[in-house]
Amino acid sequence: MIKCSSSIFSKNILRPFLSVIIICISSVSFGAGEKINYPQLNWSFSGILGTFDRASQQRGLQVYKEVCSGCHGMRLLAYRNLKAIGYNEDEVKAFASENSVNTINDDGEVVERPARPSDKFVSPYPNDKAARAANGGAYPPDLSLIVKARPDGANYLHALLTGYIDAPADKKVPDGMYYNKYYSGNLIGMPQPLYEDGVEYADGTKATPDQMAKDVTAFLAWASEPEMEDRKRLGVSVMLFLLLLTALSYFAMKQIWAPIKNQ
Amino acid sequence: MSKSKFKNPVVKWIDHRLPVFSFMDHELNHYPTPKNLNYFWNFGSLAGFALVTMIITGIVLSMNYTAHVDYAFDSVERIMRDVNHGWLIRYIHMNGASFFFIVVYIHIFRGLYYGSYKAPRELLWILGVLILLLMMATAFMGYVLPWGQMSFWGATVITNLFSAIPLVGENIVTWLWGGFSVDNSTLNRFFSLHFVLPFVIVGVVILHLVALHRFGSNNPIGIDVKGTQDTIPFSPYYTIKDLFGLSVFLSFFAAAVFFFPNFMGHPDNYIEANPMVTPAHIVPEWYFLPFYAILRAIPDKLGGVLFMFSAIAVLFILPWLDRSSVRSSQFRPIYKIFFWILLVDCILLGYLGAMPAEGIYVVLSRIATAYYFFHFLVLFPLLPYIEKTKPLPLSISEPILGGAATASAFATREKK
Repeated sequence: MIKCSSSIFSKNILRPFLSVIIICISSVSFGAGEKINYPQLNWSFSGILGTFDRASQQRGLQVYKEVCSGCHGMRLLAYRNLKAIGYNEDEVKAFASENSVNTINDDGEVVERPARPSDKFVSPYPNDKAARAANGGAYPPDLSLIVKARPDGANYLHALLTGYIDAPADKKVPDGMYYNKYYSGNLIGMPQPLYEDGVEYADGTKATPDQMAKDVTAFLAWASEPEMEDRKRLGVSVMLFLLLLTALSYFAMKQIWAPIKNQ
Repeated sequence: MSKSKFKNPVVKWIDHRLPVFSFMDHELNHYPTPKNLNYFWNFGSLAGFALVTMIITGIVLSMNYTAHVDYAFDSVERIMRDVNHGWLIRYIHMNGASFFFIVVYIHIFRGLYYGSYKAPRELLWILGVLILLLMMATAFMGYVLPWGQMSFWGATVITNLFSAIPLVGENIVTWLWGGFSVDNSTLNRFFSLHFVLPFVIVGVVILHLVALHRFGSNNPIGIDVKGTQDTIPFSPYYTIKDLFGLSVFLSFFAAAVFFFPNFMGHPDNYIEANPMVTPAHIVPEWYFLPFYAILRAIPDKLGGVLFMFSAIAVLFILPWLDRSSVRSSQFRPIYKIFFWILLVDCILLGYLGAMPAEGIYVVLSRIATAYYFFHFLVLFPLLPYIEKTKPLPLSISEPILGGAATASAFATREKK
């Protein structure tokens, strides 16, 4: 009886339709062109229940500050946002005040003042041209969205940061370029950033290039999607509600339709 | 009858002067609907739900969005980071566009399978195709607003298509842009049009519903309703069925919004638009890919544009291309096979649209494009002369007299 509306058609038709949708959607991701395979890591923040590892994020912030921030800005992030990765008000204030920003005083003069938690991360260069000029013409991209702005962003970033190897003998590497096995075309303008013990972690974690790459990726993944933990948490509640609604509306439908089906 | 329909004195007073309650009672409550509709008839109401969702989230987004080349990208990121639950509103809007198209494409293919476009529902179908066209324009302009790399380059590629028009093409493109490249004036007008077109869609949807309610829904066996024994009131039967369908739809939608919000997007759109850097592959949103494949399949620019627009134009004249008077594919054994071929063809075109235009992909695109037009321009008009349709049942309630195996099978299940 229930089956009337569904059985005849759903078996033949619904399934192809669903596969259509799935194929339609997944075809988009094929559009990327030639593929380089990156090592697939097991990130704490992947999966529908994944969360960020606070300790790793904080170490990642340290790597960003001591290594990356020399060339790469994070203009969409404010210092106050760091509270979300486990720093308190005072620590954020202290972190911000290490940087200075321009402001106009009451006499109309441009003066410098220490950055406040409400300020955005201060970029290392005043503008894009200065950034290019200081880096041999290569533009060090802003890292605020970098994990979202690359396909398979977290794995790509980790691979790129650990992918510096000696160039094969037949490959000529021009001055100011470096060889990276994971970069598209292999020639990258960024010199190898991470070396053994490049930073000294406060929590005593051994600072291997792999560890630093993982930590800074965890930090940048959060910077790209600061809402991620809230989103997934809310998502679980919403899904539970919808499952209940689906079940209730299904049985209500069965009951209401029963007289029609039994006619 | 109408006087005593409502008990509430206020409702009664208003309805006597302005019969909105009678209207709603008639069109949403008593509205006689064929009793044999299957779940594919859920997708119309789902499309309506998607439209309303897009309008509500869109209005909220517009309160925080800045339509300026220097601020658009950052204003979207501000919505994502600093506006309370801005990420939720934006992800609903972003994924809502994809789900709107999924629902509408299923709705269209349902119409194709069950012949819902045939007399007397030609205008209903044509209004639907018009809605699709308006949706495509709206979605295209909406995708430009975040001002990422794909926004900018997608806008550049698509607006440049108009330059293929002989003589006045270049002038038209300049006129569309409001300048000599995709720039601030382009972004501003796209925002303005993206805001207003959804309300035009609402208007056409109302006409679509008026046309629908003139003859009522088609149904899986495609024969006309013969009397009250074939119909049931819309409420509660189809309101509850639509609620169930909506719950299932929302479960898929919420899964995408909360757990895979960027799955249907392109990473490059999280890079701010830069006119000096062209992305390696400029790919439109997935729902345009079949049309994009047709565009690229034709070696001539003007030809490509004409074929792409013709792919939609043939839908407008479909009610007259199809010469068969039998609506449902259930009784058209040959058409039924070709229906699935067309569906596979459209998916193939979508896949090819995402691939680079080179080598085997170009050849396949041409074959798939040729089939698409063959299906509409040759198959639809000629098939009825070859095809022997199965005998139709006499009515929705009593299909046994038709004698066909399918009809009796249907009846047995119906009677259970």
